[in-house]
Amino acid sequence: MMEALEILTNASLWAAVLRIATPLIFGVLGALVCERAGVLNLGIEGIMTLGAMVGWLTVYWGADLWTGLAVAVLAGMMMGWLHAMLTVPLGLSQHVSGLGITLFASALAYYLYRLWVQVGDLPPTIEPFQPWAVPGLSAIPFLGEAVFTQMPPTYLAMLLVVLLAWALNHTPVGLALRMTGENPHAVEAQGLNPNRIRIWAVMAGSGLMALGGAFLTTGAFNSFFPTMVQGRGWICIALVVFASWRPGKALLGAILFALFDAFQLRLQTVVEGVPYQLFLMAPYLLSILALILVARRARVPEALMQPYRRGER
Amino acid sequence: MRFERREDVSLTALLVAPFAAVAAALLLCAGLIAMAGVSPWVAYAEMLKGAFGSRLAITETFTRASPLILTGLAAAVAFRARLWNIGGEGQFYMGALAAAALGHATVTALPLPLAWAVLAGAGMAAGALLLLVPAILRLRFGVDEVVTTLLLNFVVLLFVGLMVEGVLKDPMAFGWPQSVPVAAGLRLPDLVPRSRLHVGIVLAVVVVLVVWLVQSRTVFGAETRAAGLNPRAAAFAGVPLTATLVKVAALSGGLAGLAGVIEVLGPVGYVTTTMSPGFGYAGIVVAMLAALHPLGVVAASVFVATIFVGADAMSRATGVPSFIADVIMSVALLAMLAALLFTTYRVRR
Repeated sequence: MMEALEILTNASLWAAVLRIATPLIFGVLGALVCERAGVLNLGIEGIMTLGAMVGWLTVYWGADLWTGLAVAVLAGMMMGWLHAMLTVPLGLSQHVSGLGITLFASALAYYLYRLWVQVGDLPPTIEPFQPWAVPGLSAIPFLGEAVFTQMPPTYLAMLLVVLLAWALNHTPVGLALRMTGENPHAVEAQGLNPNRIRIWAVMAGSGLMALGGAFLTTGAFNSFFPTMVQGRGWICIALVVFASWRPGKALLGAILFALFDAFQLRLQTVVEGVPYQLFLMAPYLLSILALILVARRARVPEALMQPYRRGER
Repeated sequence: MRFERREDVSLTALLVAPFAAVAAALLLCAGLIAMAGVSPWVAYAEMLKGAFGSRLAITETFTRASPLILTGLAAAVAFRARLWNIGGEGQFYMGALAAAALGHATVTALPLPLAWAVLAGAGMAAGALLLLVPAILRLRFGVDEVVTTLLLNFVVLLFVGLMVEGVLKDPMAFGWPQSVPVAAGLRLPDLVPRSRLHVGIVLAVVVVLVVWLVQSRTVFGAETRAAGLNPRAAAFAGVPLTATLVKVAALSGGLAGLAGVIEVLGPVGYVTTTMSPGFGYAGIVVAMLAALHPLGVVAASVFVATIFVGADAMSRATGVPSFIADVIMSVALLAMLAALLFTTYRVRR
């Protein structure tokens, strides 16, 4: 018990929490944008994998880290475009298309990585993002180390939460996006094209997912290896439900999740005799538990997974 | 441009769709192969040779197809009732674990056919239980089963690791994390001597025929179809939706579990955390390429196995990364999804 408390009051734990939460924040915001417009994007796991590979490779080939992130976003948007084309104008099953995108994007990432990168005994590495201390704020005891000494993409993730929450609730674009997910007929009646909004939303959301993946290889780690996303995409899909499709709650969910993850990592080193697999299982079981807890109260976007065809009910 | 639902789906269109999808996939992936500096013609020829070029190659391809038939059937049965079982991978491992756990001690006491029946039953029960949890969560709490079945795949794989490094660990394996082997007498007999091809594939095809008969000839089959096509209309017509979905879940999970049992009793002999090269996920592709029809599942499994076995050989011969198999498969899945649209809809200007 004392050990648990000791771990929890350590600032380095909280710094790790935000670092672990960063890819989840990007991913969960991306899924949220897609779903708020009415499209479930199960391509997330593969898009994160592709983003991780493309972002890393761009830097490995000599570009700077931010260019790497930008190229990853573009790759994600291309996958998003594909998913949007299949599910929005063609109205195909969002479940099957999404899984197809996940299989395709991850297979493509692995194929291109093998094709373009010589892998020896260890995967090649790049120089990843370094923590950047916010001048002034980082001098605050505890908070300075826990919150204000992070890698730049982490600050970007948190900024995006605020931006997206504001844009969704206070701008015409946000209103149009939300309305497309709730009632596309009403959007049409306003003279807007709901399908065009959905296509853009899926592309933007997929770009964010890829950004989350790219942080894994340019921040959290410094190399790419297959299966590195480890179900983070699926966890993001669960977190969106847990967050009732709200950016603020999504941030909270991602942080709670990361806290649990960082905590169990440290607990593993303290508690002896418990197989490490049990600790590793916990995040997945926790996601399922979170889904059960909120499922009854979840306010699902009304038109989620319903393709829109003009003049059809 | 708008889509109009066709009055009835023609059989020809349904038969053409998978071939069109596969052709589109091979065409699109030719570009990726060319990027590796290898002529796509050469690569595809090598793949065909690698999958069917020798007696060994052919037996390997059918060995690979056996578990795919069952995981593909598992996905097809579930998808038909709109139960999105993406957990075939986990259910496969549960079946494999059950076979390994019971396969070395207790069952050797029983006469052979009975011992096999017990193992198959245990593996199917293990797979079914794993899918019943998400199915019941959906029916009881409205939790989307796609996410839960996907997450459970990760849990099960860790559980397999826990078992093969723990209570089921083989002390004779020089520290390799693998389970104790099943008794030699329990291994399925070879179909072709001096190869890995065993009677499992015959078993899988028999199961396909049984499922096909059940689906086309029984009330349960009619009920699953109705539940998948239009749940509200089905409920109105008196179909017990909850009971039907629970039965479908048990069947689907059981089939994937059986695939695990057969893989352990057939070519592998024990359980490791890497024994499945994604049989569960490939099963989804198989089911879609088969347009969810049981008989189509057999053909689609052989195709997917051809791609995988062929790609390995092709990769060794030409240096094109063998991940091309996964790319071809996923593109075929997406193309099939689009092709199915044109079997059920016609485009009007």
